[in-house]
Amino acid sequence: MIEMNAVNKWYGKNFQVLKDCSLKVAKGEVIVVCGPSGSGKSTLIKTVNGLEPINSGDITVDGVSITAKKTNLDKMRSSIGMVFQNFELFPHMNVTDNIKIGQLKVLGRSDEAASEKAAELLERVDLTEHAQKYPSQLSGGQQQRVAIARGLAMEPKAMLFDEPTSALDPEMINEVLDVMVSLAGEGMTMMVVTHEMGFARKVADRVVFMDFGEIVEDAKSDDFFGSPRSARAQEFLSKILNH
Amino acid sequence: MDLDFSVIPANSELLWEGIKMTFLLTGLAIVGGIILGTILALLRIAKVPVLAQVAAAYVNFFRSLPLILVIFWLYFLVPLIMGQPVDAFTSVLVAFILFEAAYYSEIIRAGINSVSTGQLAAARAIGMTYPQAMRYVVLPQAFRAMTPILLTQAIILFQDTSLVYVVGLRDFLVSAEIVANRDQRLVEMFLFAAVVYFVICFTASLGVKQLQRRFAK
Amino acid sequence: MNYNWDWGILFRDPYAGWILDGLGWTLVISLLAWVIAFTLGSILGVFRTTSSPVLRAIGTCYVELFRNIPILVQLFLWYFVFPELLPDDWGRWVKRDMPAPALTTAIVALGLYTASRVCEQVRSGIEAVGVGQRQAGRAIGMTEPQVYRYILLPNAYRIIIPPLTSEFLTIFKQSSLALTIGVVELTAMTRQIEEYTFQGFEAFTAATIVYSLVTFTVMMLMRILDKRTALPGTFSHGAT
Repeated sequence: MIEMNAVNKWYGKNFQVLKDCSLKVAKGEVIVVCGPSGSGKSTLIKTVNGLEPINSGDITVDGVSITAKKTNLDKMRSSIGMVFQNFELFPHMNVTDNIKIGQLKVLGRSDEAASEKAAELLERVDLTEHAQKYPSQLSGGQQQRVAIARGLAMEPKAMLFDEPTSALDPEMINEVLDVMVSLAGEGMTMMVVTHEMGFARKVADRVVFMDFGEIVEDAKSDDFFGSPRSARAQEFLSKILNH
Repeated sequence: MDLDFSVIPANSELLWEGIKMTFLLTGLAIVGGIILGTILALLRIAKVPVLAQVAAAYVNFFRSLPLILVIFWLYFLVPLIMGQPVDAFTSVLVAFILFEAAYYSEIIRAGINSVSTGQLAAARAIGMTYPQAMRYVVLPQAFRAMTPILLTQAIILFQDTSLVYVVGLRDFLVSAEIVANRDQRLVEMFLFAAVVYFVICFTASLGVKQLQRRFAK
Repeated sequence: MNYNWDWGILFRDPYAGWILDGLGWTLVISLLAWVIAFTLGSILGVFRTTSSPVLRAIGTCYVELFRNIPILVQLFLWYFVFPELLPDDWGRWVKRDMPAPALTTAIVALGLYTASRVCEQVRSGIEAVGVGQRQAGRAIGMTEPQVYRYILLPNAYRIIIPPLTSEFLTIFKQSSLALTIGVVELTAMTRQIEEYTFQGFEAFTAATIVYSLVTFTVMMLMRILDKRTALPGTFSHGAT
């Protein structure tokens, strides 16, 4: 479904954020990307839908190259959902309109169809009663669930999650993870940048560990948690697990 | 059309006098405006009874008026109050100081408010009086924070001094206009004036940006 | 101080009518110049934040050029210099044959100058909305124009209502510059009353009161607008 080949990216001349990153995500797979802050994991996930341009290498999603000139990036993005660390709901629209806007303006759905879809998704993330509220009136956990619904409204082939729980208060993390777990259970292809190792262990098929812009380890989830091969991954795990 | 820019060197002395007048007026108005503006800002921040309200009213009042009207007002009032004819420079300078103080006071007030209240509390905690805390702790930080904005305001003031045109004070623009009309070289002289103002203001604004970058570090 | 007061002058013919006429022209200049400034300023503000380096450069050059030359000099350039640089026929039309040459020139000059200031406000508004919003819009497949139309601009305009209001008031006050090229707006009218009657005190007081009243009215309207458009759960600038 998602294939990255030798992706390189520099900020300016001297700072390389991504070094020769290659990665495959098969249909229906859940991949967790982890690593210390500044390791390039957020940048990596944002290259998948072209929000971060790359300097060399190639990325294809469902067989379509995002680097090819003729590819319609906007159309491509509409087929990949993305959830941001800071939710990035549109503050001037209520919850329902946040979920509808992409359907109306990008997919060209009728208002009726979009409303129906929005209602259905709100029910699914358990926020029906907040349909008319504005983002600033919701808790972080609720906002993030709306953001997931907004992504799902586009009926994406895959979902990207960029640290979806790291801006949340601890008691709200689970309500978001629960939605993600059920999504994974339905066979959604997912790429998730997160520090939630419990989630990784439970639902990830593979774990990718990054450090200094490199993919250091790409292993089956059980193997990664059982016996990470690289010293850097071991050190990282010991830091975030042992307390 | 035939342009003849030799009119500029031919009148360089007059133009140079004009430029000097523009800078003199700008400089004095900045100093006067900042002093009066700081007083107004402090009256409001210290919540001095009555005077704080007077200061607020002063600021809002002057900010609602066109500078040209203020120049006319003082051009008319200053001689009346002094009871004798006064040169244009004096009345214009008073107008600029009174007018600019309103704008400076808002900048200074914002700068003072940007210094955290903890700073004032800490200064009072080691026994400083309120004026001391302002003088030694809050104001130095505030002025540093607002230096770029004060300088930007200075560039605006520099441009605003061209409005003395309406009372005929011989600043740079008026000097250029005198030459323009006398020698029938309007196009050359006004283009020249625009270029001179642009070069000065653009260079100064680059300097301010540089300074901002240094402060940001 | 030796002065003969005569406040009645303000209510006598023809002076009362002069003041009203002057206010009328002041408002005409301000409003029309504002239309130019707001439209062009918004376009340039968008230019300065797009992903296109060419558009960004155009925006930057415009702003630097227009805000580093005093507005009075710009007014003279449009009025005295610009027609001379055109082909003869066109120049004659601009100077003489177009409707109300001085008034039109004042409106255009003020509008173009203020556009550079509006541009900076729009730009800072868009930047305040944030990169995240832009990416979120792109992530659901919106094109760049769609992101501006539906996400960035609606939020940016809300943020910059107060600074845009003060830009409008700046135009309103600066419309008095039109008197230097012979447009008899409010300030010029009161100056004229002073010269005819020597009652400068009364005349300038009238102008002062009218300018202040208009300013305070606009500020009140701005507070109402700011409150109306504020999003639930956020603080508007005007709200207390």
